[in-house]
Amino acid sequence: MSILIKNGRVINPATNRDGIFDILIEDGRISEISKNMGKKTRSVIDANDKIVAPGVIDMHVHLREPGREDMETVASGTRAAVSGGITSICAMPNTYPALDSVNAIKRLKGIIKKDASNNVFVIGAITKGRKGLDLVDMAAMRKEGALAFSDDGNSLGDEALMSESLKMAGGNNAFLISHCEDRNISKNGVMNEGITATKLGLRGIPKQAEYEFVERDIRLAEKTRTKIHIAHVSCKESIDIIKKAKTKGVQVTAETAPHYFSLTEEACVTYDTRTKMNPPLRALEDVEAIKEALRDGTIDVIASDHAPHGKHDKEVEFDFAAFGIIGLETLLPLAIAALVEKKMISWMKLVELVSLNPAKILGLSNKGNLSPGKDADIIIIDPLANWVYTKDSIKSKSKNTPFINWKFKGKVETVISGGREIFTGSAGSVLNL
Amino acid sequence: MTEMKLSYAKNSEVAGVADKNTTVWTKKDLLGLEYLSKEEIELILDDAESFKEVLARPLRKVPTLRGKTIVNLFYEPSTRTRISFELAAKRLSADVINIVKEGSSIQKGETLIDTGRNLEALKADIIVVRHNCSGAAMMLSRALNISVVNAGDGWHEHPTQALLDIFTLREKLKNIRGINVSIIGDIAHSRVARSNIWGLTKLGASVTVCAPKELIPSGIEKMKVKVTDSIDEAIKDADAINVLRMQFERDEAEAFPSKIEYFRTFGVTEERLKKAKKNIIVMHPGPINRGVEMAAEVADGANSVILEQVTNGIAIRMAVLYLVAHAKKGKLV
Repeated sequence: MSILIKNGRVINPATNRDGIFDILIEDGRISEISKNMGKKTRSVIDANDKIVAPGVIDMHVHLREPGREDMETVASGTRAAVSGGITSICAMPNTYPALDSVNAIKRLKGIIKKDASNNVFVIGAITKGRKGLDLVDMAAMRKEGALAFSDDGNSLGDEALMSESLKMAGGNNAFLISHCEDRNISKNGVMNEGITATKLGLRGIPKQAEYEFVERDIRLAEKTRTKIHIAHVSCKESIDIIKKAKTKGVQVTAETAPHYFSLTEEACVTYDTRTKMNPPLRALEDVEAIKEALRDGTIDVIASDHAPHGKHDKEVEFDFAAFGIIGLETLLPLAIAALVEKKMISWMKLVELVSLNPAKILGLSNKGNLSPGKDADIIIIDPLANWVYTKDSIKSKSKNTPFINWKFKGKVETVISGGREIFTGSAGSVLNL
Repeated sequence: MTEMKLSYAKNSEVAGVADKNTTVWTKKDLLGLEYLSKEEIELILDDAESFKEVLARPLRKVPTLRGKTIVNLFYEPSTRTRISFELAAKRLSADVINIVKEGSSIQKGETLIDTGRNLEALKADIIVVRHNCSGAAMMLSRALNISVVNAGDGWHEHPTQALLDIFTLREKLKNIRGINVSIIGDIAHSRVARSNIWGLTKLGASVTVCAPKELIPSGIEKMKVKVTDSIDEAIKDADAINVLRMQFERDEAEAFPSKIEYFRTFGVTEERLKKAKKNIIVMHPGPINRGVEMAAEVADGANSVILEQVTNGIAIRMAVLYLVAHAKKGKLV
């Protein structure tokens, strides 16, 4: 099977390529990139005036399966991902039961094989049951396919255990993804500490809860000479710490989520629980700092932190509502709107942040790169298409997002994964495979 | 529009309200003073003045809300506020139902929105809600078509308390513009403080908040208030002080000083009031912890208006219930 994508504006940060090219796909891989290719194939996609880029790799996704299939499943989550231009995702381990053993990974891989519309990679838990007490068998789980380890949602409060798990992950050619939150500081806070929380009478979460653990974890990574990836960076102080560490040569990478550069804490003023997330939406100066950090490379990756929650978890008092929003379908649109359209970064830089860099960090050497021999995970974007993100269009099982009815420019039209066309915007749905 | 104004005037006549204020009330709810204009606040105060006259009559009842059903939905204990709302509703001839957490479906795990929707289905016209979570009243108002009146939500707002405080001040001082009001006590956890700050600053008063540093919430100075942790400083130039209750029963009490320590550093005593303006007005939203935030002599003293506040509360709540029940749809203002 072969596909020829003709006359698209190919953007490939791995080779610093930005120009009009044809791409030939054969047997799931890219076989040739050149101008005005004469080859005849059964399937030709006209990408005139479109952007052709490697598919998005979302490092931070909560699929909820197994355990909370009422909120999301591998099937629904990956369908949502594909319609957002995401060809690979990392499934976080806070499922029920947690992904803390070889068997748990095996079971999930079985579901993935059966139900997934795109590539799903697995992140293992650091400790059994994500309880922060006993380390999992990282060596065996790594062999079974876990790319990295994280107790996401929890930080390891125990510094010695954190050190040990960093070494253990490093020794198994993996790394840790750290959710940085000192619970002794965040306590039962529900939104960013500051004037907005004060006006609303809501318990604040100070920024220290995040950046003090960012500082600690980076210090431990430096000491143990291991790699660490900081999840969902939300505030200026964390960025300053990461920047300094990078200058010193610490092996630290970092991600942020689109909501942290698209909304401020002001979004909480109507007690809309769809604005409740952890870490919380921060102040304007933090939003500006995050955009700058994406531009200057301090933050390496944009990931969705897709966190589906049922209606009953969100239609309650702000204090009682679950943290988190869905984000697979809005990752790319929000990044285009806040960063590319606002001239903060180029398309090239955007593709680096959502595809090339996550591929590098995760060690997926055949992904995030449109070069001959690499996996044909490709998206075609119409950069001029105007559209509205409506509730009815949401493919995720959960609808907890503050971005409903937002207007966007730039739409994913076609998604190719492993050389197969699995989504076309004109058909409006993920093709039945 | 003219027609609607006429019918408004007619309603006012029924209520015995003289229409001094030409502001038209358009809101179905009262959620907080942050969300009201200066004119809307003044409208409530003006109407409350007329209702206070009703309370002075031998027959203290008007037929204004006859046939309307008002539900007091209280998730937190309350004496003053609940009885005050109940009396206000009864003086307006409404039917009143009281629901408290104990003995209701709330204890069986029914959500606030479900309870609200059921009350709406039972044809209630106004829900007066007291809840320990900030934002509960706003959440309820969004989910329902009927009126919601906030009787205190978490640390957020307690609009009728602030309105009765401001009403009392206006009675005593005639004008709110330019006066100095100090709010003393646990500002961080006080809905009374927040509502007073919004209301007083909108009407042009100068507001100072005074508390131990750990009870001053982050960024409060951006609400156009002066901040101090010196009680003498707070009292010095004040035309009025509003002394908040120290909530020693709260479960996160670890940051609190001891009762004795608090009284020594922040208690309002006769000694401290000697350095104040002679006619300083002393207010307290109740219930008072005598000998903690305020000496008994001060609570019962000549400057205290604490019981007048309670009486004024009925008039304010009558005005609020009357206005939300007669809200004009659409934007007329």
